[in-house]
Amino acid sequence: MSAPSECRYLDSHEWHRPEGNVVTIGITRYAVDELTDVTYVELPSVGADVSAGESMGEIESVKATSDIYPGVSGKIIEINEALADNPGLLNDDPFGTGWLVKIEMSDASQLDKLMDADAYEKKYPSS
Amino acid sequence: MNKTPFHQYHLEHGAKMVDFAGWDMPLHYGSIIDEHNAVRTSGGLFDVSHMGRVKFTGRAARRFLERVCTRHVSPMKVGTCRYGLVCNERGGVKDDVIIYRFDDHWLMVCNASNREKLLAHFDDVKGDLNVKIEDRTSKDAMVALQGPRIMEMIGKFSKEIPTLKRYSFAIKNMLVLKMIVSRTGYTGEDGVEVILPAMMSGMAVKLLLGKKDDDEKIDVVPAGLGCRDTLRMEAGMPLYGHELSEEIDPLSAGLNFAVSLDKDQDDQYGEPEPFIGMDALKKIAAEGVKRKLIGLKLDGKRTPRQHMVVKAGDNAVGEITSGCLSPTLGYPIAMAYVDAAHGAVGSTLAIDFGRATQDAEVVALPFYKKS
Repeated sequence: MSAPSECRYLDSHEWHRPEGNVVTIGITRYAVDELTDVTYVELPSVGADVSAGESMGEIESVKATSDIYPGVSGKIIEINEALADNPGLLNDDPFGTGWLVKIEMSDASQLDKLMDADAYEKKYPSS
Repeated sequence: MNKTPFHQYHLEHGAKMVDFAGWDMPLHYGSIIDEHNAVRTSGGLFDVSHMGRVKFTGRAARRFLERVCTRHVSPMKVGTCRYGLVCNERGGVKDDVIIYRFDDHWLMVCNASNREKLLAHFDDVKGDLNVKIEDRTSKDAMVALQGPRIMEMIGKFSKEIPTLKRYSFAIKNMLVLKMIVSRTGYTGEDGVEVILPAMMSGMAVKLLLGKKDDDEKIDVVPAGLGCRDTLRMEAGMPLYGHELSEEIDPLSAGLNFAVSLDKDQDDQYGEPEPFIGMDALKKIAAEGVKRKLIGLKLDGKRTPRQHMVVKAGDNAVGEITSGCLSPTLGYPIAMAYVDAAHGAVGSTLAIDFGRATQDAEVVALPFYKKS
């Protein structure tokens, strides 16, 4: 599966799907393939303020633990509660039901600094 | 990068390949957890061809092995295997190995990552002993078939193999295949490991996994190194580079059963042959181990990782060597070395996860025993 064109990407493999002032964040297929089976996801609380480039949570897999970084600053307005019981959603559908959080952006122009799908795919081709 | 005879098979089955000790090996074929569960409930096929296979022949082969291996090999009957360690002079572990006794030679299966180091060590130790050491690794392939239904599957084309005792082996001729089949493994399940000529590997897989249209077919799935690791952790088995290293002695690792400290006294089979590292290990045994390998059980879903600090109160008392969220048990497990005073089963320790510390209960190894 290729990286969706409407999303923006970080080198740390988070995708950002903007809808108005809200952005949904998840991790890419490439990242999930590197992690192997996800076993646990720690997400920030709804209402928490997060800053671009600062870790807001962790994903644990059979092989590794890695931080989750938002590419934008803002307030968490929703988290994917389903991941608590079923972290494997990240493996099954990383760009869909395996989403992580929704952020109300304080500065939507931060998205412009992130890679578009073409640039991301070129750098991290999914197998 | 080295490729095993099953390399093409892995690619055809969609494996995620990784570099393991210089070998291009399958980490998984889709899901580590699914493969783990398949081995616990039915069966899995592991390519373990990357493991070193070293053959010893010659009049002094037995004596040579007594010298390099911590455990007596002389009493071994033909057709049996034995787990043992190869140590340095300080009693640190150079590798953990399985030794096979044949009527006219011996075979050692060692870790892929330690094969070249061991071959150099053996060359140093050999001196003028009449022993020929042959690295067979690239000539033969090796697979592990592991799981509760494996013997049933093998029973369909061999009466003998299901009667093998644990740590025994048979040499089987099947069609034109000559195979060494041992009732051994590294998963905590019943099963076998099979050594066969590299050029026969494709045929062997077809034969072992049977036809797809067979209604009676027992589900045996290809399984990668990812689940091999979680399976051996549940079974409390050490992995070189984690629970074992040149700086760790086998007594601290709880492997006393594989250390024969009486090798200098035993003259039942000719000259007593003390093993390398024996004096150091005798001293450790006499003084008592300072640290010991323990099992830890946690609440929650976080995974303890190698090198995380283990604490008793505010004091660091040890370090995690391996950990996983146990797929079979459903809770996190870990192995760790801790100061011997803090290793009693039932005590509560804590693991430093960086952002938080979490309690862990010391439990007996293994975490999982097959029913």
